[in-house]
Amino acid sequence: MISNSINRKIITLLKVQYSNMLEYRVEIALWAISGIIPFFMLNIWTNNNLNESINISNIMLSRYFLCAFFVRQFSVVWVVFSFEEDSLMGKVSPYLIQPLNPFFRYFAQHIAEQITRFPFAIIIAFFFFIFNPESIWIPNLGILFLSIISTFLSFLIQFLIQSIVACLCFWTEKASSIERLLFIPTLFLSGLLAPVASFPEYVKSWIYFTPFPYLIDFPANLLSGNTTSVFGGFSMQILWIFLLFPVFRKIWSAGTKKYTAMGS
Amino acid sequence: MVQNIIDVRNLSKSFDISSKEPGLKGTIKHFFKRQTKSLKVIKDISFKIKEGEIVGFLGANGAGKTTILKMLCGLIYPSEGSILVSGYLPFRRKENFLKNITLIMGQKQQLIWDLPPIESFYLNASIYDLDKLEAKRRIKNLSEMLEIDEELFIPVRKLSLGQRMKSELLAALIHKPNILFLDEPTLGLDINAQRNLRKFLQKYNKETNATICLTSHYMKDITSLCKRVICVHEGSISYDGKLDLLLKKLSPVKEILIVCRSEEDAIKLENSGFTIKNKIKNEITIKIENNSITSSLKTILNNFDIEDLYINEPPIDEIIGRVLINKDYDI
Repeated sequence: MISNSINRKIITLLKVQYSNMLEYRVEIALWAISGIIPFFMLNIWTNNNLNESINISNIMLSRYFLCAFFVRQFSVVWVVFSFEEDSLMGKVSPYLIQPLNPFFRYFAQHIAEQITRFPFAIIIAFFFFIFNPESIWIPNLGILFLSIISTFLSFLIQFLIQSIVACLCFWTEKASSIERLLFIPTLFLSGLLAPVASFPEYVKSWIYFTPFPYLIDFPANLLSGNTTSVFGGFSMQILWIFLLFPVFRKIWSAGTKKYTAMGS
Repeated sequence: MVQNIIDVRNLSKSFDISSKEPGLKGTIKHFFKRQTKSLKVIKDISFKIKEGEIVGFLGANGAGKTTILKMLCGLIYPSEGSILVSGYLPFRRKENFLKNITLIMGQKQQLIWDLPPIESFYLNASIYDLDKLEAKRRIKNLSEMLEIDEELFIPVRKLSLGQRMKSELLAALIHKPNILFLDEPTLGLDINAQRNLRKFLQKYNKETNATICLTSHYMKDITSLCKRVICVHEGSISYDGKLDLLLKKLSPVKEILIVCRSEEDAIKLENSGFTIKNKIKNEITIKIENNSITSSLKTILNNFDIEDLYINEPPIDEIIGRVLINKDYDI
């Protein structure tokens, strides 16, 4: 009964947010195009033959960066910016007195945006294959399924991290500046600019204890068929979700007590 | 016996406010060492509201009316004291409590800007666990009451302020709340839209016996909806009682303009012992205490040749305004 009610809420939220996102389809197409950093990085890597230093072929490297592009497309999170704006404009107040945590709305917005992004990401991939026909491959269904799961888990980790930062809006008006600080390790340590395998040994000795390699590197390696520890990757993703969720609950609970409903 | 649905005891709320001196020196000082002070915006207030009552909260800007409403609906946490709304502690935001209340803030919207209001209505309906058929029925009823129809299918950004406000109301009432917290609901609306909104709220209150707590700077909202008012001055309650009693207390006399048939009658009336405000030819304005109006008018009509007379109520805005700006005003 309760799960039915939750399912209905989530489905309606998704439907409404998807309709809303379709209103922004041009912006979403532009955002999708703006996510092509991995292709620039691929160009830098292949033109300088950097792949030889990590024993990875050109083809595998180009598949890796294409997968990194895909994982990034479906795990990008901006909840801190939405929540900050809504807090400052007083829009959070009506959400807070509804029997649904406002973060469900943001969650549904993200999923709806990912669904809207999907065709644009496919078109970009199509053009990628036109210019790199040797990279065409079809992952087997099992790998595809696991990759989708790990991409979703990567999204969940990022959503939780940003939601925790977003909750700081209850104390500071500019929580997004803290997110910008987090963006630097996310960019460099996640595998978006380079596969984590290419990092120096001393970095690799600690980086796998952080959540960053599981955001892009692990799902991208999984999808592209590169060597990776499936069990280890999934275990760490789940572990981070289990660690972050109670932190979010705690900070949310403390934050709502501090809420001053400014701007409303 | 009608139950108290809201019970507030010794409620206080303080906010930490940071201050900054002007100029570069002040900015640098502020950067390195923030000066914050605790400001008590609500000071030890207590009141009770019965089920089905419509209560108006009156006060100047910054008096604390909205803060009280925000605490009543559980949006902000009280610093001291207790609040019970419908048997719940509002701040705990229990699902059953939230399903019983609604908060409407003029100019603040919960509708999704780029979609027609109907999408937000169905979304709210699912948030409040209404099935589709019930939601459809309520949307139909409320849209009839609010006299909106085609607007339901037009993107919110294309609606006028009045249409938007009606849609906001529908979105906020779809779950049939028993307690409505309305913070300046008519803000920015034109006279007709204000009147329609007031008519709707009266009807809603009559049909559902909902309790309504209302703040407004438009006196017409208060006088046409509220029998009881709570005046808030600098965080304290300066009056809690019937509106007409307040008006009687604050304005114990009425002004009566009497048009006599001749100037001689006007002179006779001038010298008959009434308090005269002014006299222009055969028109004379006198002041009469509220409790002796009937007898005084009887005397005047029996003893003088009167062509016409007008009883002037002092403007309510003026009367209330006097209470709101002067904390020492004796009520």
